[in-house]
Amino acid sequence: MNAAQFLTIFISAVFIYNVILSRFLGLCSFIAISKETKPALAMSLSVMFVTTMASIITWLIYRFLLVPFNLTYLRTISFILVIATFVQLVEMIIRKIAPPLYRFFGIYLPLITVNCAVLGVAVLNVDMFFINGRAVQGSFYYSVSQGICVGLGYTLAMLLMSGIRERLDLCNVPDCVKDFPLAFIIASIMSLSFLGFNGFRF
Amino acid sequence: MKKYFKEFLRGIIKENPTFVLVLGLCPTLAVSVSLINGFGMGIAATFVLLGSNIIISLIKNFVPDRIRIPCYIVVIATFVTITELVMKAYSPALNRALGIYVPLIVVNCIVLGRAEAYASKAGVINSLFDGLGMGVGFILALLLISGIREFLGVGKVFGYTLIKGFQPILVLAMPSGALLVIGLLLGFFNVLKNKKI
Repeated sequence: MNAAQFLTIFISAVFIYNVILSRFLGLCSFIAISKETKPALAMSLSVMFVTTMASIITWLIYRFLLVPFNLTYLRTISFILVIATFVQLVEMIIRKIAPPLYRFFGIYLPLITVNCAVLGVAVLNVDMFFINGRAVQGSFYYSVSQGICVGLGYTLAMLLMSGIRERLDLCNVPDCVKDFPLAFIIASIMSLSFLGFNGFRF
Repeated sequence: MKKYFKEFLRGIIKENPTFVLVLGLCPTLAVSVSLINGFGMGIAATFVLLGSNIIISLIKNFVPDRIRIPCYIVVIATFVTITELVMKAYSPALNRALGIYVPLIVVNCIVLGRAEAYASKAGVINSLFDGLGMGVGFILALLLISGIREFLGVGKVFGYTLIKGFQPILVLAMPSGALLVIGLLLGFFNVLKNKKI
């Protein structure tokens, strides 16, 4: 895999098919946690870490367990179990070896188990980089870079959103659209601007 | 019977999963481009909700408290896999249209939310009606959103043109349109709610 291929995956995952604004994965956490920048950043960094690791682990499982034994229909069950276990494990390790980090990330980590973005990346990797049950050339590197880039896309959307919503606190908005509805309308306008990247085709 | 009916109704209006609890939005927004897709996703999610609610309320006494979430997830994932296989066999077109959002029902907050908040505490029959009510509420919400988006964004209803010469608002059929529609609908329901009180 060379730099050009990585750049293709980067632009397509971060801008064209942004995980939140175009694919709607991880929308619940996006709306719920984007009120302030600091928690938003903590959440995004944990998501980025977990999507990357989940891409690696699920690729290995799919390639060396599910495909050889013809068990690909167990994809959903095995992926979600592995992701849930992995997140739990990371939480325990962080709590043990780095308490300050745990206080920073702690509450957001368990939430990631049910974050659609993580399972979404795993399923997307399998859909995109396995053709007829065969791994395409370099599919491991593609999967890992897609994991990283989806995390980056999530971070970008999250930071933009939290910046806007922090300012919004000072504005006078109608009662009926306070909080959630307004967040959706802002996300809609952001998504519209990301639509501009659709012209980038490789 | 009346009691069960109340369980059923609660999911439709008072605790509508989409508009009141604001749960499970990823599939709602992603598949609501057309009524057919929205309805298919609604049916699939309802089946999963119903099955997992029943099984979880049956096994709630055997599952150790500390590992209950992974256990629930396995139950839910099993039902999702069943749905996926059935859909692939009998409706491949719908399966293609819904794409990765079918396996993602596993992480739909509605399903796990109901398992944790209701089915793990209530009896089997109650959970059954709760799952059914939540499912129907989800289907109705999906139909509302996808109806608005398909009619205004594509100019059709269930694939048929209703008004000749109607110029569709293309942006509503795009991702940003989904966010706009749900934002405005949530605002609209807030107005209704405040008026009643």
